[in-house]
Amino acid sequence: MIKNIYFDYQATTPVDPRVIDKMLPYFGEIYGNPHSRNHSYGWEAEEAVEIARENVAKIINANPKEIIFTSGATESNNLAIKGLAEFYGDKKNHVITCVTEHKCVLESCRFLSEKKNFDVTYLPVKADGLIDLKELEKAITPKTLLVSIMGVHNEIGVIQPLKEIGEICKEKEVFFHTDCAQAVGKILLDVNLMNIDLMSISGHKMYGPKGVGALYVRRKPRVRISAMMSGGGQERGMRSGTLSPALCVGLGEACRIYSTEMDAENKKLMKLKNLLLNGIRSQCDEIYLNGSEDQRVPGNLNLSFAYIEGESLMMGIKNLAVSSGSACTSASLEPSYVLKALGVQEELAHTSLRIGLGRFTTEDDVNKAVDKIVSEVKRLRALSPLWEMAQDGVDLTKINWAAH
Amino acid sequence: MAYSKNLIDHYENPRNVGSLDKDSNEVGTGLVGAPACGDVMKLQIKVSDSGIIEDAKFKTFGCGSAIASSSLITEWVKGKSVDEAHSIKNTEIANHLALPPVKIHCSVLAEDAIKAAIADYKEKNKK
Repeated sequence: MIKNIYFDYQATTPVDPRVIDKMLPYFGEIYGNPHSRNHSYGWEAEEAVEIARENVAKIINANPKEIIFTSGATESNNLAIKGLAEFYGDKKNHVITCVTEHKCVLESCRFLSEKKNFDVTYLPVKADGLIDLKELEKAITPKTLLVSIMGVHNEIGVIQPLKEIGEICKEKEVFFHTDCAQAVGKILLDVNLMNIDLMSISGHKMYGPKGVGALYVRRKPRVRISAMMSGGGQERGMRSGTLSPALCVGLGEACRIYSTEMDAENKKLMKLKNLLLNGIRSQCDEIYLNGSEDQRVPGNLNLSFAYIEGESLMMGIKNLAVSSGSACTSASLEPSYVLKALGVQEELAHTSLRIGLGRFTTEDDVNKAVDKIVSEVKRLRALSPLWEMAQDGVDLTKINWAAH
Repeated sequence: MAYSKNLIDHYENPRNVGSLDKDSNEVGTGLVGAPACGDVMKLQIKVSDSGIIEDAKFKTFGCGSAIASSSLITEWVKGKSVDEAHSIKNTEIANHLALPPVKIHCSVLAEDAIKAAIADYKEKNKK
């Protein structure tokens, strides 16, 4: 049996063993309800939650009072967008987002337009996956309540110009929400420098546990959101329900680790990324990187392997756990909406894979992956009629294909 | 999604990969599918004077199921008469490879490919 190697760090990350160690006592001996105010069991749990809150706040330069614990980034995104709309909707009813946002942002916006009488502008992206700031400025009207643009893209890894977006939003007096599930710990984030009003954070994308996330909500000037759930009014009335101290501690520890190790980790990942990309490109032609070459995090490589369908390549490299942009693995058979938005031609979108590198990826893993990918690319291209035609100088765009 | 043994075998060890001389009168070529849809099959047959398929070759751009379907059909048509090959149904391919519902279209494409190759052969040899 060949050992499996994990290359899907954007889907989720393993929990760092240091995080597990911090969490374990809160599954056992420390079991108090952090909201119990009248005995030491509660106080002990509450103290742990508050230390975690400080750690989360610190990594984005926020005040701990501005951090709301949630079940994850999907909840945070829903709470930010719908909660803000609920609170301010009778004054302003226009939201601006982008076509390549995560489904939970797009669906929250669609909910507002279908059920809450909101107008939604979906900004296009340029070929490099980034929004055009001039388009953003043009889209803002006196009715605009919110701009929601993610920090780092889950599928293609590009970094949006958060500081510039924040400046525009501040000048036009529009709230700025950013989904930073893939950005925390990967790029420097500063809610004040970047004029961010709301930020969504996820635990399991940063070596913390699944089932926990956070929402940053600015206090000065105060940003108000309506709660989604009725209950005991925990989390400053914005998110009811008893917190899980174990999960909060896990998220806090994940943030604490990143606040000291981010630079070193990025350096390591940059080296591994270059090793992988150069390794493949030096042995195979026509490998395309999707999204900006420089405005991207090193842990995400979304590649198109021209003339080879993505799922067949995944089958060939089955001991490497990667993700497919080709979507032939899913029920829809449609290639990724994100690659489409970048203007990647459908025939190339079908050939795409996302290879994710992370904290526990080694040089040896990358070398093995390069060897395996290169040999499968060569094998499958020898099998591909399109490769053969391209080698013979046939222009594939000139053939009258029968779409089916 | 777990694929069947037959499918994985044809994907990992595809039979009859390659090309025949498309200009030869003995050879019929079928090219079906579209790159934008994620699968293209090229299937070629070489037919003897007595109307028997002596050789078959394929190349496929597509998922594992598409590669396996085309590999399987080249194996099946060899030694058959043109008419027998023409009567192969996509459902037989789908059953043999235990294709999941979402991949049935791969077997349809393989059936289309052999029919296109036969049509090309007949067109070339019209008397």
